[in-house]
Amino acid sequence: MKRKKQEFQFSVASSPQIRSPRSTARIMVYVILALLPAALWGVYQFGWYAAAVLAVSVAAAAAGEGAICLIRKKNTLSDGSAVLTGLLVGMNMPPSVPLYIPAIASLAAVIVFKGAFGGLGCNIINPALGGRLIAFFSWSSAMFTFQTPRTILESGLTVAGATGDAMTSATPLTFLKSSVPEYAGSISNEMEVLSLKHYSLSKYDAAVTDKINSLFGENFCYGYFDAFFGIKGGCIGEISVFLLLLGGLFLIAKKIIHWEIPVAFIGSFAAAVWVFGGLRAGTGFFSGDVVYQIFSGGLFLGAFFMATDMVTSPFRRGSMFLFGIGCGLLTFLIRYYGSFPEGVSLAIVFMNLTVPMLDRLFIPRRYGVKKKRRVGVGKGGNA
Amino acid sequence: MIKELTKGIFRENPVLMLLLGLCPTLGVSGKFFNAIGMGLGVIFVLVCSNAVISLMKKIIPNQVRIPGYIVIIATFVTIVELMLRAFSPVLYSGLGIFIPLIVVNCIVLGRAEAFAGKNRLLPSVLDGLGMGIGFTLSLMLIAFIREILGAGTLTLWESGSTVYRFVIPGLSEAPVSVLATPAGALFVVGFVIAGINAVKQYRSRPGKDARKGASV
Repeated sequence: MKRKKQEFQFSVASSPQIRSPRSTARIMVYVILALLPAALWGVYQFGWYAAAVLAVSVAAAAAGEGAICLIRKKNTLSDGSAVLTGLLVGMNMPPSVPLYIPAIASLAAVIVFKGAFGGLGCNIINPALGGRLIAFFSWSSAMFTFQTPRTILESGLTVAGATGDAMTSATPLTFLKSSVPEYAGSISNEMEVLSLKHYSLSKYDAAVTDKINSLFGENFCYGYFDAFFGIKGGCIGEISVFLLLLGGLFLIAKKIIHWEIPVAFIGSFAAAVWVFGGLRAGTGFFSGDVVYQIFSGGLFLGAFFMATDMVTSPFRRGSMFLFGIGCGLLTFLIRYYGSFPEGVSLAIVFMNLTVPMLDRLFIPRRYGVKKKRRVGVGKGGNA
Repeated sequence: MIKELTKGIFRENPVLMLLLGLCPTLGVSGKFFNAIGMGLGVIFVLVCSNAVISLMKKIIPNQVRIPGYIVIIATFVTIVELMLRAFSPVLYSGLGIFIPLIVVNCIVLGRAEAFAGKNRLLPSVLDGLGMGIGFTLSLMLIAFIREILGAGTLTLWESGSTVYRFVIPGLSEAPVSVLATPAGALFVVGFVIAGINAVKQYRSRPGKDARKGASV
């Protein structure tokens, strides 16, 4: 018995000989774990209905994957990727969205953007973002209705920027995009608009900002604290930058995602905002408010969890940087000059489409072969 | 002879099998009525141009046959355009640029080049009719799906004040409006073709019936 086992251990088969104990399911569990704190924060801020949105998204994604399994006669449900896709779709939904929207978005994500392309590993764009975009372009008004977070309601302040009732209000990005041009030229930083127009912020934000200003003798605007810790309107999973950052660092430490993409993404976005972001507030070049812009909207959720999707991001370090830079610049252009207040998802989907070309730019040199020419279509190539 | 008529409807359906004429398919299949109008226009152009081209195939020099075909096709397209403008302004504005674009519709030009320029009159007319009907049917199928899901309505007739339009309650308030865009049309075309391929595969699955399997 013992001998037989030894024989098995040393048997030689064809490649791959080195196997990782890591399975797809394990990676998916880690990513879901990294996402959960931010999702729970969203549920805390927006109430149980947000939890229902998340649950419906996950259930619909799992059901869609189940249907694909039946068609393909192959069990791909247990690898957990559908659950992750569903969770990401749910986290990308505004908290008060009608429940059929996350359901259809999740089904579209799993069936149209993944199943139809041949399943996990063959999809050309991030399935969760595909599903989100279907919802985004189909039910725009529902996708742009954002609930006021609990902490602000409990602060007992009047909710500025509210539409109709106090339960819904504009996200900081929407608010800035529509309000900053009114004050262009009369402000030194577009953050001042939040105070000038009485955009509601939590009492903690005011307390912390005042404390820091008195300690360091600075004159920071209000709003950074709320933006970083997620006391603001937005999609369920995107608001807590702090928890998303922790989750992202956990994944980088676990070597599940590469640091190059989020760094290039957020870095290039920050650079573009710093250089050109002040133009709409009339403060000239090199005066954009970098910190507030990177803490707003879905940038961290996108940069750490969507752009780094293993299937739809590049392999090589150089192409990862290019990919991240493209995402960052497109996000900047859409946020500042597009018709939508937020452009992270559109930017990532667009850059997903360029991944095969980006990877071709950085084909490594084979050992013993001189690097002669770039591999191109129709030239035969050497790779 | 009857095969020339039926091949365009199923086996060589221009849109769903040969993937020809996708531009008007994506462009005008947002509304069921527009799809019918476009289909009838293309049937007229196809039948007439195929007939004239097959009659003139000895006269047209081979070197300039494509310009020759285009002149003939453009004549009939102009007729369609002026007739629509006069009798159905709603359809005319609904189809817009896609009416003059029938001139360069690859189905029309393709049938002229591949069939009418080599065959006699009657087969050419039947071929044009079959291809036109195939185009119309696939356009109607795609428009049916797109209008119901993408707008929550189904427009059967629209002319001045007489409008026959079913409004689907519930769906029309919050339709999947992405399907009303050309990008959504690509999704629908893709899934319809996938469905047809699935049926074809099922019918030709091994071990079913050797003779029938060979003929599919």
